[in-house]
Amino acid sequence: MNWDWEVVDDFMPRFWDGLALTLQALVLGSLIAFALGLVWAMAQRSDLRAIRWPVTAFTEFVRNTPLLVQLFFLFYVVPEWGPSMSPLTTGIIGLGLHYSTYTAEVYRAGIGGVPQGQWEAATALNLPRVRTWTAVILPQAIRRVVPALGNYVIAMLKDSPMIAVIGALEMFGEAEGFSNETFTTEAYTIVGVAFIVIAYPASLLIRLLERRLVLTS
Amino acid sequence: MSSPADTPQTPETTDSPRENGGNGESRANGSELVRFTNVTKRFGDVTVLDRLDFHVETGKHVTLIGPSGSGKTTILRLLMTLLTPDEGTITVDGDHLNHEERDGKLVKAGEKHVREVRKKIGMVFQQFNLFPNMKVLRNVTEAPVHVLGLSKDEAVERAKGLIELVGLSEHLDKYPSQLSGGQQQRVAIARALAMRPQVLLLDEVTSALDPELVAGVLDVLRDIAHTTDITMLCVTHEMGFARDISDCVMMFDQGRVVEFGPPDKMFSEPEHERTREFLSTVL
Repeated sequence: MNWDWEVVDDFMPRFWDGLALTLQALVLGSLIAFALGLVWAMAQRSDLRAIRWPVTAFTEFVRNTPLLVQLFFLFYVVPEWGPSMSPLTTGIIGLGLHYSTYTAEVYRAGIGGVPQGQWEAATALNLPRVRTWTAVILPQAIRRVVPALGNYVIAMLKDSPMIAVIGALEMFGEAEGFSNETFTTEAYTIVGVAFIVIAYPASLLIRLLERRLVLTS
Repeated sequence: MSSPADTPQTPETTDSPRENGGNGESRANGSELVRFTNVTKRFGDVTVLDRLDFHVETGKHVTLIGPSGSGKTTILRLLMTLLTPDEGTITVDGDHLNHEERDGKLVKAGEKHVREVRKKIGMVFQQFNLFPNMKVLRNVTEAPVHVLGLSKDEAVERAKGLIELVGLSEHLDKYPSQLSGGQQQRVAIARALAMRPQVLLLDEVTSALDPELVAGVLDVLRDIAHTTDITMLCVTHEMGFARDISDCVMMFDQGRVVEFGPPDKMFSEPEHERTREFLSTVL
């Protein structure tokens, strides 16, 4: 195997472009996953079956079909009757939507872990429903689930190359394009290293967070 | 408004706790504040309350005693709307708790109605149930601000007064986890009182405490019982405390009232064998 630093130099501009896209997809995708997941989790606790049932069906469906298929669906099928979006936007929505069904489960466990007595105290004080959620239940629930949410951010990072298939050229997409054009392989290695360099410190950070949150709760 | 509560159909086991103030219309001392009419509550096949009738007059302190499983706590939880009765009606200060009148008929109450009536009731729990994510002061101001609509300053002033009453002024800025069980329970008492309820429900408030912390909590409650005109409904195993603060002690067994009377009589010369038996196990 021969390693050519000149090839590396040639690839780097495209690598930085790809990295920027990866991080953008990751940050925005995570925000969508965090927000939507919470919506799903709360909807599944609704008193109304008309809300509970469709949400459960939808999240089960999304969780149990491949992300790759969902990305193709969003990019090629949805525009036939709905909005058509850029590859990056589609990728972000796809990642966010897919992972929201996992974060929903995380939130659900977190909310379920808040003792029944907290709900009862909120009732006894006559707190309005919204206030009970925002001031009492969610602050306690989210504290418990931060580490688990973090793990899904890392999982999403590792799934992010999939958005390349619909043309959102993040790190891996750039590497693939570059390698095919130049008949070289260095770019793949660089991207592989880049994933570790991002993911490993992130998982250490999550572990740290976990220890601190558990200690003080 | 509510006519069902006025019909004098109290069975022999249950009349007014202590000197029946009649059915005066005024809501001053002596009038009826809480009434259970024919209340039945089942959990699965187990009937916890069996067509229970009783009422509590304004300003009275009533202690519910009886073996575990006799339905005492269920009564408090029904009043706090943490449970709903399977049959019968409950009124608080003349208003139906779980029902409302529409076109002259009693129907299941909507959320708005329940919230309105629930304002009159406060509860202190066995497990304190303070909000662990809020400091002591905010535990006490949270509901006055967001339910009663007090300004922040008013709520803080009210809260500080009550926290002083329960002897915890130096702990305003602590989280519940930094307090002992007894201190937490005293905060919970202040939190309930901050809503100025007409009825305070005390559900075995010292049962989860280490023995040396019980006295502090009971002292606070004694103080409140003797210096305010709040109505209390209290489930406790502390018979000394019950004797001190109660106007009336009601003995429950298997979802029914066995007998009731002033504490002196109940503790020294109960009429029913069942009461004697129970008291001999706890005194």
